[in-house]
Amino acid sequence: MTIRNLDKKLLRELGSMKMQVLAIAMVMAAGVATFVMSFGVINSLEETRRVYYDEYRFADIFVGVKRAPETLARQFEAIPGVDRVMTRVIVGATLDVPGLAEPATAMLVSIPEGQQPDLNALHLRSGRLVEPYRENEVIIADSFADANNLREGDTLSAIISGHQRTLEVVGVALSPEFVYMIPPGALMPDNARFGVMWMGRDALEAAHDMDGAFNDAVIKIARGAQEDEIIRIIDTLTKPYGGLGAYGREHHVSDMFVRNELDQLRAMTYVVPVIFLAIAGLLLHMVLSRLVNLERGQIGVLKALGFTGFEIGLYYAKLALIIAAIGLVIGVAMGLWFGSWMAALYIEFFRFPSLQFVMSTEVFALATLISLGGALVGAIKTVRAVMKLPPAEAMRSEPPPKFKPVLIERLGLTRLLSPAGRMIFRQLERRAKRSIATSVGIAASLGVLIGAAFTIDSLDYILDVQFNQAEREDIGLTLVEAGDRQAFLDLANMPGVMQAEPYRSVPVKLKFGHRTERIAILGMQANGDMHRTLDTELTPVPLPKDGIVISENLARNLQVTVGDLLTFEALEGRRPIRNVYVSAVVQQYLGTGAYMDLSALNALMQEGPSVSGAWLKVDEAALPEFYRAVRKTPSIAGLSIRKAAMDSFKNLLAENIVQMTIANVGFAALIAFGVVYNSARISLSERARELASMRVLGFSRREISAILLGELSILIFAAIPIGYLMGYGLAAAIVVSLDTELFRIPLIIDPETYGMGGLVILVAGAISALAVRRRLDRLDLIGVLKSRE
Amino acid sequence: MSAPQEHSGASLAFHIEGLTKVYEMGDVLVHALRGVTLDLYEGEFVVLLGPSGSGKSTLVNILGGLDNATAGSVNFRGEDLTDEDESALTKFRRNHVGFVFQFYNLIPSLTALENVALVTEIAIDPMTAEEALDIVNLTDRSGHFPAQMSGGEQQRVAIARAVAKRPDVLLCDEPTGALDIKTGIVVLEALKRVNETLGTLTVVITHNAAIAAMADRVIYFADGNIDRIEANDHRVDPSEISW
Ligand SMILES: Nc1ncnc2c1ncn2[C@@H]1O[C@H](COP(=O)(O)OP(=O)(O)O)[C@@H](O)[C@H]1O
Ligand SMILES: [Mg+2]
Repeated sequence: MTIRNLDKKLLRELGSMKMQVLAIAMVMAAGVATFVMSFGVINSLEETRRVYYDEYRFADIFVGVKRAPETLARQFEAIPGVDRVMTRVIVGATLDVPGLAEPATAMLVSIPEGQQPDLNALHLRSGRLVEPYRENEVIIADSFADANNLREGDTLSAIISGHQRTLEVVGVALSPEFVYMIPPGALMPDNARFGVMWMGRDALEAAHDMDGAFNDAVIKIARGAQEDEIIRIIDTLTKPYGGLGAYGREHHVSDMFVRNELDQLRAMTYVVPVIFLAIAGLLLHMVLSRLVNLERGQIGVLKALGFTGFEIGLYYAKLALIIAAIGLVIGVAMGLWFGSWMAALYIEFFRFPSLQFVMSTEVFALATLISLGGALVGAIKTVRAVMKLPPAEAMRSEPPPKFKPVLIERLGLTRLLSPAGRMIFRQLERRAKRSIATSVGIAASLGVLIGAAFTIDSLDYILDVQFNQAEREDIGLTLVEAGDRQAFLDLANMPGVMQAEPYRSVPVKLKFGHRTERIAILGMQANGDMHRTLDTELTPVPLPKDGIVISENLARNLQVTVGDLLTFEALEGRRPIRNVYVSAVVQQYLGTGAYMDLSALNALMQEGPSVSGAWLKVDEAALPEFYRAVRKTPSIAGLSIRKAAMDSFKNLLAENIVQMTIANVGFAALIAFGVVYNSARISLSERARELASMRVLGFSRREISAILLGELSILIFAAIPIGYLMGYGLAAAIVVSLDTELFRIPLIIDPETYGMGGLVILVAGAISALAVRRRLDRLDLIGVLKSRE
Repeated sequence: MSAPQEHSGASLAFHIEGLTKVYEMGDVLVHALRGVTLDLYEGEFVVLLGPSGSGKSTLVNILGGLDNATAGSVNFRGEDLTDEDESALTKFRRNHVGFVFQFYNLIPSLTALENVALVTEIAIDPMTAEEALDIVNLTDRSGHFPAQMSGGEQQRVAIARAVAKRPDVLLCDEPTGALDIKTGIVVLEALKRVNETLGTLTVVITHNAAIAAMADRVIYFADGNIDRIEANDHRVDPSEISW
């Protein structure tokens, strides 16, 4: 079939307003793209996780004990609902990594020699499994391998349970257990200084004096089995063996982080796209209603010629749909592109064997539905008006607009305004609805921009709070076993140590009502300076002599407030069970925390002045010597380095969040441009005749530009404060939706962010002003005056 | 009112009785038509003359189904149009009426041929767009856009567009109002040709009295009603008109 002539008109007219069409389509595309991208990433992550967990048999329950005989595993197996049990030996080690100044720490996990473990199987990226009787062979985690440029054949010198060993790398692998790999007790990965390694079970048993025993077990349960009940039974069974409390995937660190990320993504999936699409709908509405005004005569002719209202309404609906379709296609393409790019980022962040960017057809269907639907909603009012427009009425040109003195003039301030100024203000007021819509559109894009950019400010703030205000030690050392006063003094007397404070860390279950949280209580010196607890104003909260201080998110998880009595069940030592009351709730953004006075904790544990490690300030010049000493001290299980932790946090930000933010800022700028440009074009078409007449009367291009662009600047400047408010609101909403078990993001927006946002809007405005100015300069004076309107 | 009837053999096309149109402009009532009664016959060429604001356009718009009357009735070939709804009026326009306006009202984004074809696509028994352009002697301009044509040429395209559906009635509202003499004459010749070759009832509004000479009947309008009707003994060719 040949193209109908009405459709030809449609295509040509779209062609003649292609910049406007493109501007709207791009706004729409931004909405569709963010939607497709986040949905795609969520789908991909979920699917990848499901397949990975399934294929590599990720366990359901995780059990830690001090030391238990292998026979205990048979008892686990006898619990109804338990499907498979695999016991392991897990040992910490310090490592010498070539090229790394500081000692690294490793978590050595046993696997059966010569075969894949029953549960938590390894995905070998390269190399092979460990072989029997080769007790120095290890497989290393791929993140650690990548960060340190290690591969098969490399050797590492390690101290395992006090013994110096040379380990030989035979493979590089990933595990469903360590999709997100962080040092014990930390919250951020530090791929260079911490890694998981897998070693033969016999070799590890021998090294750690664990013959016929285990200190870790993983369990797969039958579908539909009662996980809570099984965990309860296991806890009773492991109690005599120093059980550390079994837990399910819900509390498994790696899985928890993956889930957390998915939750955050989900929270963001709708907000931003909906804002973008709403703006696109608004733009369509503005452009269409202007177009219809402009084409009143044509509509009248078409009706006179016998076209039905429906046919003509359909024409404008099609116009909207075509623009939306262009936006949809561009948006889907951008979404797929950004999505695969995001998937690549995630694979850096989370260690999956591969993260295929999968797209379900539902996402496409939904994207189509919301973009075309949004366009129709934007068009509906105009289409209806067109259908109703009586033909004779349409033939008359739009009656001259009624002007009246504007507010400023009514207030008697006329003399303050030049004639041009009066033209500007009268136009703004006469087109009040559209002026407001334009300003709101610009403001919304600024809002999105700030809503996207503020996370960096907040995370910077967290970084500052965590590492400059709360945890201020240069280096934290952890002992293999809790030690006495002398053990602390040995640490304090290491070379280069300028200041030292002891701490005690006790794994406990904190219970309130039916709620239980597994956590390590930190006992610290009451007058300590290295680790501090802070209130919301970041003022240090001194540790009281008795009672427990908990972080606000822990208080929320347990649903307790100051004064409540918690049950405290220690999971080591004599495992006392005591009551302790909450003496203060403190601010903590990263992770959960519980703190006590060191001697109070020692007393509660019915132990002497016992310490788990020390926090140190170390002379920078003496660091090499200090590290040498650490490597030679077998009683040290691990060390944390504040600067390294900060750097890894910053890298993480730079790699992920900053890139995401840049993408979002780009989208927002695009939208600001779309809104400003369209509104300028509409004003121009509305006033071309008036401006051309002024040119004929002798006004210069500059002078008439000033009128149009003056109008624009007022709309933009009015939009900026509104945009700031919207940005603040959006950020607040995001903060609430991102408030998960693991993270709590404070609402921090730096002045620079406001400044940057305002600047982006001004630049977008200036670019559209330039584009319009070019059209103004080419205004066809005679043509404009000859035409009927 | 008994109008002089020259067309003894011709049959009645429009029968208009007591046609009234009142516009409400806020509190003010504008009486555009005050009870017009009139008969129009198949094939005749009628000129409507009268001062600006006397209600000519209003009458023609109602005849063509562009507007509804406030009171009175319009009957076309025995069918009452008075209280028809918009969709019935649309059908009426689509099948029976051709319009020509003072300001041509071509679709700027369509070429001459396409502007005509726009109508032939939706009409029941149209001529081809080329044939229609041929009637107004514009086949050589068929590929031009409105902006590339003179006013007279645009108006001829508009006439071609109006007649392409072989309408029963051609309504022209000041078709030469925006044109100079020479081009005006060419346009009038085109109208005459249509009237003669297709036998279409043609109503032409003008306030140029000279044009009246080419009509079968001249209807003088004043203040919303018919002042008088004159019949011409013989129709003057447009080329002989001077104004
Ligand atoms: N849509 C309208 N609203 C209000 N008044 C109208 C409208 N259309 C026409 N009029 C008025 O009706 C009267 C007749 O107008 P019109 O039929 O256009 O006259 P003519 O075509 O003879 O110049 C005029 O006074 C005109 O102002
Ligand atoms: Mg008129």
